[in-house]
Amino acid sequence: MTSLRETDVLIIGAGATGAGVMRDLALRGISSILIDRSDLNAGASGGNHGLLHSGGRYVSADTRTAAECHREADILKRIAPHCIDDCGGMFVAVEWDDETFARRFPDHCRDAGLPCKELSTDAARTREPALPGTVIAAYAVPDATIDPFALVLGHVDHAIHLGDSAYLPHTAVDVFEIANGVIEMAMCRDLRTGAETRIRARQVINAGGASTMDIAQRAGCSDVKLLYSKGTLLVSNTRISKGVINRLRVPGDGDILAPGGTVSLLGTSSVTVPRIEDNRPTVAEIDHILAEGTQMLPVLETTRFIRAFSGVRPLLAAPDAGGNARRASRRFLLFDHEDQGLKNFVTIAGGKLTTFRLMAEKTADLVAARLGNTAASTTSTTPLPQGDAIRWTEPGLAARDWYRRADPSDMIMCECEMVAQSAVDDITADAPGAESHMSLKAIAQRSRIGKGACQGAFCAMRVTSHLYDTGVYDSRGGLELMRAFLAERYRGVRPVLWGAQLPQAELAEILHCGLAGLDLMGSSTTGEPE
Amino acid sequence: MKRHTRHVTADLAVIGTGIAGCAASIFARDLGLTVAQIGHSGAMAYTTGYIDLLGVLDGRVLDDPWSGLDALRSTDACHPLARMTNHDIRTAFDRFVRLLGEMGLGYTAPGDRNVSALLPYGTTKPTLSLPDTMLPGSDALHRRAPALIIDFEGLQGFSATEFCTNMASVWPGLRPARLVFPGLEARPVFPEVMARTLETPVAQEQLADLIQPLLNGAETIGLPAILGLQAPDRVRARLEQLTGATLFEIPTIPPGVPGIRLREAFERELPRRGVLLEPQNKVSEAILRSTGVDLTVQGALDDLRIEASAAVLASGRFLSGGLKSDRYRVKETVLNLPVRQPETRDGWFSAEYLDPAGYPVNKAGIEIDAAFRPLGPDGVPASDRLFAAGVVLAHQDWVRQRCGAGLAIATAYGAVQAAAGSINAR
Ligand SMILES: Cc1cc2nc3c(=O)[nH]c(=O)nc-3n(C[C@H](O)[C@H](O)[C@H](O)COP(=O)(O)OP(=O)(O)OC[C@H]3O[C@@H](n4cnc5c(N)ncnc54)[C@H](O)[C@@H]3O)c2cc1C
Ligand SMILES: Cc1cc2nc3c(=O)[nH]c(=O)nc-3n(C[C@H](O)[C@H](O)[C@H](O)COP(=O)(O)OP(=O)(O)OC[C@H]3O[C@@H](n4cnc5c(N)ncnc54)[C@H](O)[C@@H]3O)c2cc1C
Repeated sequence: MTSLRETDVLIIGAGATGAGVMRDLALRGISSILIDRSDLNAGASGGNHGLLHSGGRYVSADTRTAAECHREADILKRIAPHCIDDCGGMFVAVEWDDETFARRFPDHCRDAGLPCKELSTDAARTREPALPGTVIAAYAVPDATIDPFALVLGHVDHAIHLGDSAYLPHTAVDVFEIANGVIEMAMCRDLRTGAETRIRARQVINAGGASTMDIAQRAGCSDVKLLYSKGTLLVSNTRISKGVINRLRVPGDGDILAPGGTVSLLGTSSVTVPRIEDNRPTVAEIDHILAEGTQMLPVLETTRFIRAFSGVRPLLAAPDAGGNARRASRRFLLFDHEDQGLKNFVTIAGGKLTTFRLMAEKTADLVAARLGNTAASTTSTTPLPQGDAIRWTEPGLAARDWYRRADPSDMIMCECEMVAQSAVDDITADAPGAESHMSLKAIAQRSRIGKGACQGAFCAMRVTSHLYDTGVYDSRGGLELMRAFLAERYRGVRPVLWGAQLPQAELAEILHCGLAGLDLMGSSTTGEPE
Repeated sequence: MKRHTRHVTADLAVIGTGIAGCAASIFARDLGLTVAQIGHSGAMAYTTGYIDLLGVLDGRVLDDPWSGLDALRSTDACHPLARMTNHDIRTAFDRFVRLLGEMGLGYTAPGDRNVSALLPYGTTKPTLSLPDTMLPGSDALHRRAPALIIDFEGLQGFSATEFCTNMASVWPGLRPARLVFPGLEARPVFPEVMARTLETPVAQEQLADLIQPLLNGAETIGLPAILGLQAPDRVRARLEQLTGATLFEIPTIPPGVPGIRLREAFERELPRRGVLLEPQNKVSEAILRSTGVDLTVQGALDDLRIEASAAVLASGRFLSGGLKSDRYRVKETVLNLPVRQPETRDGWFSAEYLDPAGYPVNKAGIEIDAAFRPLGPDGVPASDRLFAAGVVLAHQDWVRQRCGAGLAIATAYGAVQAAAGSINAR
């Protein structure tokens, strides 16, 4: 089965950058098709620290990046406050850290135009009681955190509502048909159905994150060169700090504790990896991050963690970094590929979540100009709208909504995060991607399902039953999708299984095997009579 | 205020009120021993109600658990079930199941073959003995008899549509239907509440009236497990009479009614048999002596000191609190006995979800000798008066091998026989 779709612009990759470009173009009246081989935020945008950098982390090494982060963070706090927790942050040095490095911090901040306020040890500990008595220097900076899921859902939803832009999940670009320096057709595949989708676009944007190099090569361009840096993070069961706590030292591992709504995220590590596939968190990484993190926050030694995850940072390979990812640039680059002989292809690579809007603006500027559209970008001033089907990623919202509506027949599907059936129904009906059938995994990407202490062990079963009841699932495939979802969660849960998580894991295994038979599914003897 | 301490002596102290602990108390009373049993709500209320012996070996579903046990003895001699003869296992199993019948919970007599038991997600599992209320479901599956499967609005953890859809390839004649449980409209409903309600004749009649118009010729009806708590067989018989159809129960997601039935039945029956039962407490301290075991139980109002000539440790795994871990090691919680386990935490769980080989940590546990005595740090029994039973034991993976209750019952029998021997030899 083959289908043909036409559009002004094809955007490959539905992370923050791709979603940002889609909305920027839509606001200029340019329609696009956004595709992702998996789903929204399947790449680094869904697996990061969620830090809306004040720039403090980069002041000592890269003033320009620091200043850029500061400016962009300010803009995002204005246009998308509902995606941001403006919790503030601080940089803290403890006894065995380099005091001279620490004392230079305010000067570096001044150079980058970043506000920074010195705090006494007592003041720092009053603000963040989790800090130890060994603090030797502390400075407050305007760090914040951002919910990348709310952000990306909001961007895609807004773009779709602005005109005839569309989002196609599980659609990967395979091959480009090129003639006379122009990509005439992108041959894509629907990875769920196997069907071929041919997309004819006047301009093609490569926003594939860590895959941009691969995608560019498919178009015959050899100019995109990336370094892959794997980063691993731990998620705690509860929120440990009010604001972001950064270690004030030369950036290293286990340096940052950032709140993520009702939880905290500790990270990261940074290891250069040869490829982007199958980068899962390991026990060794977790122990290493904890060893580093506990120096600054001893409470982490007894903290309950519910999950870990890894992401791959697509960094621009700078000649002077010599393979050291921590020293590689956090800047971004826009490739127009004209010297590669292509007139309608651009790649946007590198950068950070914090700077995605600016990356999107620069990309859209180039593409709009090529299309003869002279409208300017308005994303720095146009507020990001909210919507019913896209608001469910906010921690605590589902619970508040449920209590407010006080409808006892609206059953809770996820007890950890109090997500009700009505929220699941909203998402399946209206959230971006809803036009194709929405699986448990897709619902989880658009809500808090699977994010709580049980990591989906229970709610996966409840939501699956509900999807059978509502006819979304009509075969054993539903159980297989549940197994696949749980298998993915397991990768992140495995390295933090100790203490209070072990009883939880034991019960989960009993349920998944003893009550659902997932371990015997697909084996030659399924436990069923022949 | 000074707390009062009660002093008790007993031949045998049983630590744990799971299936292993309860079976141990019963077997010990059968031998005429005086028994004190301590535990708190553990995994029992979570069970499906099925009593497995051995359903899966090396990833293969077993039709005959007894020859599976023979195979286990040659390939995995350390498995707790491999330490016993089929004859002793059968004796223990038979007695336990018969006792359940005497307590008002009819169970099928264990036979030579495993039975395909129904699971709420429309899959099945091999088990050896099942509640009489569930047996007609397995029979109907065997015969591919057309059946009506009913679920209830507001009940999570059982969907008739899901059950029928996933069963369709092996059991095509299923039809789902949804009812509103009488008196529980427009709200979440819980199996335990439904089961208690269904013990009254009025509720039975109301439910039968709702089922009747759905029958449409169906002779068999499957329901989630809600047919009463104390006398499920009677509730089922009454509903069958009222509807004219054969009824069967399907387990629901825990905590479910079949497990609650077991727990409540034991809490009634054990004291009746003369067991001193403390079902809401933990042992806070245990001291091994050459002549027995001393236990301290800190109750809500007073403390209890038990001086026993011997003890059976049946404290379960992580879920029940018999084992716990920090970031480095797995520990046994009552006596700090050595726990056999992988070298490091990295070895606890396999890289892949539900690795067919089983997670190594599942085979962690207490090592015992042939007389069910836990081994101390030096590899010899920690005491001549301490015995262990149930899933706290090492070398078994009851979840994957589908041997949970059977292992608990059999090893309880083995441990009590050995304990009785040590007491009589004093
Ligand atoms: C561990 C870690 C921590 C981080 N912490 C922070 C932080 O705290 N603050 C911050 O500002 N930044 C942070 N970053 C960086 C930030 O996450 C990334 O720079 C940003 O998310 C990149 O977004 P993107 O849209 O460019 O790429 P991605 O989010 O990776 O999106 C690329 C998308 O393209 C899709 N794709 C790939 N190939 C194809 C194909 N052939 N066809 C179709 N689709 C395809 C993928 O599925 C993916 O969804 C962190 C990164 C990591 C790894
Ligand atoms: C969800 C679920 C489904 C199941 N389904 C089946 C099934 O279909 N078929 C089957 O055969 N089996 C099933 N089982 C297994 C079965 O119910 C038992 O878990 C198993 O037989 C183990 O029994 P046990 O007595 O060894 O341990 P547990 O049942 O875990 O009991 C351990 C006991 O020790 C007590 N304890 C712990 N520490 C202390 C202390 N310090 N002091 C005093 N007491 C203590 C606990 O309170 C508990 O009462 C299921 C279990 C669960 C959880």
